[in-house]
Amino acid sequence: MNRTLPFLLTFIVGFTIVIATFSPPLDRLAVDTAVFFSIIAVFAMILGGGNLVKINLVKITRRQRDWQFAIVTLVGFFFVLIIGLFKVGNPGGVTGQVDAPGTPFFDVYTYVFVPVGATMYSLLAFFIASASYRAFRAKNREATILLIAASIIMLGATPFGTMLTAWIPDSLDIFEVPNLHFFLMSSPNLAGQRAIMIGIALGVISYSLRVLLGVERSHIGKDGG
Amino acid sequence: MAGHWIAVAINVVVGLTLVWVLVRTIQGRPIERRIVFVYIALAVATPLFMKLEAPLAETPEVQSIVTTIKELPPGSRILISFDYDPQSAPELQPMAEAFIKFAFKQRHKVIIMGLWPLGPDQANQAIRAALEDPSVAELAPEYGVDYVNLGFQSGNEFVIQGMGSAFKNMFPQDERGTIYDNIPILRGVTNFSNVDYVQVFSSGKPGTREWVQVAADRFGATVGGGTTAVQAPEMYPFLRSNQLIGLMGGMTGAAEFEKAVEELGKANTFLLSQMFAHATVIVFVIFGNIAYFRSRRRDASTDAPTPGGIS
Repeated sequence: MNRTLPFLLTFIVGFTIVIATFSPPLDRLAVDTAVFFSIIAVFAMILGGGNLVKINLVKITRRQRDWQFAIVTLVGFFFVLIIGLFKVGNPGGVTGQVDAPGTPFFDVYTYVFVPVGATMYSLLAFFIASASYRAFRAKNREATILLIAASIIMLGATPFGTMLTAWIPDSLDIFEVPNLHFFLMSSPNLAGQRAIMIGIALGVISYSLRVLLGVERSHIGKDGG
Repeated sequence: MAGHWIAVAINVVVGLTLVWVLVRTIQGRPIERRIVFVYIALAVATPLFMKLEAPLAETPEVQSIVTTIKELPPGSRILISFDYDPQSAPELQPMAEAFIKFAFKQRHKVIIMGLWPLGPDQANQAIRAALEDPSVAELAPEYGVDYVNLGFQSGNEFVIQGMGSAFKNMFPQDERGTIYDNIPILRGVTNFSNVDYVQVFSSGKPGTREWVQVAADRFGATVGGGTTAVQAPEMYPFLRSNQLIGLMGGMTGAAEFEKAVEELGKANTFLLSQMFAHATVIVFVIFGNIAYFRSRRRDASTDAPTPGGIS
């Protein structure tokens, strides 16, 4: 039963969507499936929250490495959850807009979450600079091509590239960095991206068929193997 | 203006110190990681105080978005999907703000939604920024009449597919809890055939790719993209095949859009930081490679066989 029921569900739902996609009269089925998917996705979010709490509680109780950070995570999680769910300090009460300006939820989001999130992503610039200084070497032919292409893309992605090669005469404008950047993006990159996309699509189709027909059962878990 | 000259002076001094970095690197004593971090921090921070206008090349990807929006008659409905979160806000928020301002100034109706949970919150920030602009405030766009935020809906591309039949199925009410049928801007809006243009701001999955595959390919919607610089190369196949009518890629795309709509804003300021940071990285790559080739030559000469064949 552990194996048959998930397989049957996968088979029925999967083929329903495939058939509905290719037959307009059955379009309603696809729409309903999309609604079911949304409902299930909401439960997945609850599951995610529960999982976060469980993992961090275990970390704290067992005093695992960096367990103090788990406390910060849980305090932050429950604080935002409570002020968001119960709309604490919201002038509109429980029927008010959750992120109405001036509410604690708005303040936490705008003045804590947004800057912290942006900072985390921006830290990449520092690591990229450090790594490029220490490791980005023209060690062989492939690495040299990569290095040159990456440099052109980086220069072309900012006005610095335009400024650097503005002196090149019009008859040789193909060698201006913005034009080289455009060529790299719209020719070699395009060809590579298309090849990757087609490859992925073929792989997804074959894997999906294996799942729908029950050949591939790893998604069911260890009992399904 | 004093800030500008101080920032310029700092950059000149920092530029000169690069000679010291080069000498150390060539001597086989690369500078510490934290010093590299200081250079990047200065490269990012000082341009924010500079009053420079960066020369920008015009690209067909961005210009086609501007042209499409300009050619729409006033009152056209534009659907904007905010498919990113605060991590990508430094790159995508400036272009979202510029786009919304432009849409309002063209007197279009704006319908907002998000396939990422925090997308609609980013949209609210962009709307607030747009409304603070005096020329937009003058038009006094009204919530529910000129713009609406439908909020987040889980389900990734299935949401887009569901919207192909009826927006109402996926968004029975807006973010403020108003029933779909009671929102004036949405009267007569059933599916993509009632929307004149779809603009997606995305930084991953679900994002521009999913909108092209479902909304554009299956339902015939006109879709334009706004992505992070990292995601932009993946979108070129869709641009070439006209499945995507235009693309704003990263800060450069946003800055070019601002310039094209004569609305210089954050993107043009931040682009200077990006420009200096990229230049710094390139300089470090060059230094690293000079040191590498010198060390290789040194090693080769050390390993060279001595006369008489004894090594």
